[in-house]
Amino acid sequence: MKIVTNTLESIAGIGIYPVIGLILFFSIFIVLVIHVFRLKKSKVEEYGRLPLEDDDDLNDNENESLKQ
Amino acid sequence: MELQKFTYDNRLSRLFLYATIFWGAVGMLVGLTIAFELIFPHMSSGISWLSFGRLRPLHTNAVVFAFVGNGMFTGIYYSTPRLLKTPMYSETLGKIHFWGWQLIILAATITLPLGYTVSKEYAELEWPIDIAIAIVWVIFGINLIMTTVKRRTQHIYVAIWFYIATFVTVAVLHIVNSINLPVSFLKSYPVYAGVQDALVQWWYGHNAVAFFLTTPYLGLMYYFVPKAANRPVYSYKLSIVHFWSLIFLYIWAGPHHLLYSALPDWAQALGVAFSVMLIAPSWGGMINGLLTLRGAWDKVRESPVLKMFVVAITAYGMATFEGPLLSLKNVNAISHFTDWTIAHVHIGALGWNGMLTFGMIYWLTPRLFNTKLYSKKMANAHFWLATTGMLFFAVPLYFAAFTQSLMWKEFTAEGFLKYPNFIETVVQILPMYFLRAFGGTLYYTGVILLFVNVFKTIKAGIFKQTEDDQAPALQMKPEKGHRYIEGKPVIFTIIALVVILIGGIVEFVPMFMVKSNVPTIAAVKPYTPLELEGRDIYVREGCYLCHSQQVRPFRSEVERYGDYSKAGEVVYDHPFQFGSKRTGPDLAREGVKTEKNYKPDSWHYNHFMNPQKMVAQSIMPPYPWLIDNSLNTTLTAKKIRAMQKLGVPYPDGFDNIAVEELKKQAAAIAQGLRDGGIEVTDDREVIALIAYIQRLGTDIYKTDLTGQNQ
Repeated sequence: MKIVTNTLESIAGIGIYPVIGLILFFSIFIVLVIHVFRLKKSKVEEYGRLPLEDDDDLNDNENESLKQ
Repeated sequence: MELQKFTYDNRLSRLFLYATIFWGAVGMLVGLTIAFELIFPHMSSGISWLSFGRLRPLHTNAVVFAFVGNGMFTGIYYSTPRLLKTPMYSETLGKIHFWGWQLIILAATITLPLGYTVSKEYAELEWPIDIAIAIVWVIFGINLIMTTVKRRTQHIYVAIWFYIATFVTVAVLHIVNSINLPVSFLKSYPVYAGVQDALVQWWYGHNAVAFFLTTPYLGLMYYFVPKAANRPVYSYKLSIVHFWSLIFLYIWAGPHHLLYSALPDWAQALGVAFSVMLIAPSWGGMINGLLTLRGAWDKVRESPVLKMFVVAITAYGMATFEGPLLSLKNVNAISHFTDWTIAHVHIGALGWNGMLTFGMIYWLTPRLFNTKLYSKKMANAHFWLATTGMLFFAVPLYFAAFTQSLMWKEFTAEGFLKYPNFIETVVQILPMYFLRAFGGTLYYTGVILLFVNVFKTIKAGIFKQTEDDQAPALQMKPEKGHRYIEGKPVIFTIIALVVILIGGIVEFVPMFMVKSNVPTIAAVKPYTPLELEGRDIYVREGCYLCHSQQVRPFRSEVERYGDYSKAGEVVYDHPFQFGSKRTGPDLAREGVKTEKNYKPDSWHYNHFMNPQKMVAQSIMPPYPWLIDNSLNTTLTAKKIRAMQKLGVPYPDGFDNIAVEELKKQAAAIAQGLRDGGIEVTDDREVIALIAYIQRLGTDIYKTDLTGQNQ
């Protein structure tokens, strides 16, 4: 550990970097989770259906097209 | 609301689909070839551009950038317009992107086997090609973002976020890691040296995995899995959390590739911490993908597409669990430099990327050509060949890795290494290499089936060039918070950029600003001109792909190779040559006469001519062209000047006498060889390479000169 501390100490204010990183990540994460939980259910369901909206002419019967 | 009519153009998806299959077949064939070369070292029969060291970068680049790259573009050009209810912003930009990308791959296919390489893994291409990549990539990005701007949907679906993050991050990674000083048209040196170069490279290397092999494919997963299962993604909320935590955490984890190396410990610790945290978002994504199939498992039994998706997502889960595990220092102590890494990346490449691509191809081809898949049976056979092939590939390599690593570390009761000869540990795992090659063959057979199946499907169908759709025009309502960001793709892109830059800056700033991070050693001097030329040959031949130059501070390694490597020893190494795999022994102390691995010049000469003459069971290929070729010294002066520009302290005017110095040193070495009965002239390439190898690791052994040591 001595090598670790020596290397660390030789950098001015190095301790602050991981702390900044952690605080940044943690606060962004919390804000994000709060935001996500506050999303309206109907909205989220609508978003999730986006990929399935274009295929009225194409693939309602997915696996049929793969069958010979 | 009035509906607007528009059409999707399928031509770009079709082009990229063809390119995916073609380059996939090429890249994997090269991989299979080098797997066999490890068992039959004379397979390359003295042809330089067929040797392992030259072909291995071609294999990795072809699979990563040609197979997976074209695969991601196939899916992006297909899904983006459909998710945003608008045609691509510009078909012309798309075409320039397609042909530009294929030309880049072609350039790589030619230059890499010819030995034009920077030697930084997955970033081997020389500077003119690097510039082309940057330009084509930006063209792709403009097209992607402008399509997003012109969309008709209120919300931008999560797959598109992954695409945008891919574009932004790969651009940053590629540019930062490719800053080289050109010496000639196809030769350059990285501006970074030693541990700094290693840190930048593995920040790039790790995030190339993250943002070239993972995020775009997660985007594809979020589009094609719901499509194929015909149900929305399990939890859209989870996908939002998944996205932001993944792109934020990934960027920090690069240093875990350099554990126990000369990299400062704080950077190593940072890399490990973030790697472990990465399990959460990765598994969040995996669970989200797998649970999308809830209630559709009966379909999985029927559909080869869904089967492939399930194996792909499972492989993603396995690889992202294994990744953090491998980043722990105690696990890494065993796994690093062994075949474990190779097995790990192939779970990712063959399982996650391969299976997802195949599934997508089987789903997409019938739709693009308005027909049914030619043979479902064949696709099922492909599924089984690929799955068993992957297992036959990975499991023997895990076994080989454990075996070899434990043999490297085993001591006798008297305190000596039990297997002091490296070759003993190689012979032990050769049967595993056979099984790996067998697994690769199975996997490749599957790819041939895919080729036939797709070809027949295309022949039976008629290409649907355009598809019509309609949607109301976009009417933006004022939004707040995250929803506001989602509605503004340009702002979204900038925020994603800021998020990934934070990690990079925290890693780099202390490394570059504070000189004391790399303790200098007074005895360490720049390479002589001959050694520098020899080093360039070492780089050209891809020696670093099988030989590391990094003795870790373990008793077993110090005992085997000599004193552990120090950061201050490599301050003039543009580029660094730590390596990442020990198929052969470490070479960091190869030149130190008092250490166990020292070999005289004549040994090296004979070894390059025919390795099996010196070590009967060696799996190293012969390098006869090093003896046939005369050393090109036309660039030597330029190289010295380039090094001076990069801060290597050669005296002023040294470039003028460099060739003269080079010849003097070469004459002495050649004379020594001739005295030993070897017929060789002064001007052979092998002389330079021997000079370099005999220099390796010797500086700090020059006693009394050692200054501030670590």
